[in-house]
Amino acid sequence: MATPKPRVKVPKKASAGETITIKTLISHDMESGQRKDKDGNVIPREIINKFTCEFNGTKVFECDLEPAVAANPYFEFSAKVPESGTFKFTWVDDNGSVYTEEQKITVE
Amino acid sequence: MTRITRRTLLSGTASIAAIAGLGLLARPAWASAEAAQEAVDAFTGGKKPETGKITLTAPEIAENGNSVPVTVEVDSPMTEGDYVASVTILADGNPNPEVATFHFTPMSGAAAATTRIRLAKTQNVMAIAKMSDGSVYSDQKEVKVTIGGCGG
Repeated sequence: MATPKPRVKVPKKASAGETITIKTLISHDMESGQRKDKDGNVIPREIINKFTCEFNGTKVFECDLEPAVAANPYFEFSAKVPESGTFKFTWVDDNGSVYTEEQKITVE
Repeated sequence: MTRITRRTLLSGTASIAAIAGLGLLARPAWASAEAAQEAVDAFTGGKKPETGKITLTAPEIAENGNSVPVTVEVDSPMTEGDYVASVTILADGNPNPEVATFHFTPMSGAAAATTRIRLAKTQNVMAIAKMSDGSVYSDQKEVKVTIGGCGG
């Protein structure tokens, strides 16, 4: 699997207190641990097990993932935007790797 | 005594193998209704969820069990004093019933989320919401799956 690549879609602007929609995607096989290789050995589980979205340091949304989440985990969720700032997205892999992405938003 | 031909020997062996095979199937690979109920109780702390407030949207027929879009929406003001704390998604026909748990905060603005899940076969998908006051609500949909999503 190539290095997981995150992609996020956040509006660039919002009004103060508006609730916006955020979409996130990360490329990841989400190896469930259910598959076997051609020799019959179980391919070990390796998934993204946690996704977190924070705004200016405050947690907005979080998801605990199990192997039943489809490959290339996709999330669409809402966030209230009180002021201008930065969204920070974090994905945690079973193997300990942490992937992050940030996106600024301006409140006008 | 009938002659023991290679043919009779082979068919006898096949019958024994078939019976042995059935014995191996005694432990199902799929989650049972009990496993799903245990998962519900683990999330709700034993409380029985009420209907209402939460809506689970899932396709009636999923062409590809590897990627089934599901949306959960919970009717809630999402204020500091009254919000949805978490929503868990369970699938009663997968090898394990747990799929994902969303944790919301008042900063979420709305208690709604969409993701894509794997379904091994036709089964019920359930979404359970736990509110900030401890109350629990659930919704359930049956999803027919034509190609299973467990990679095997």
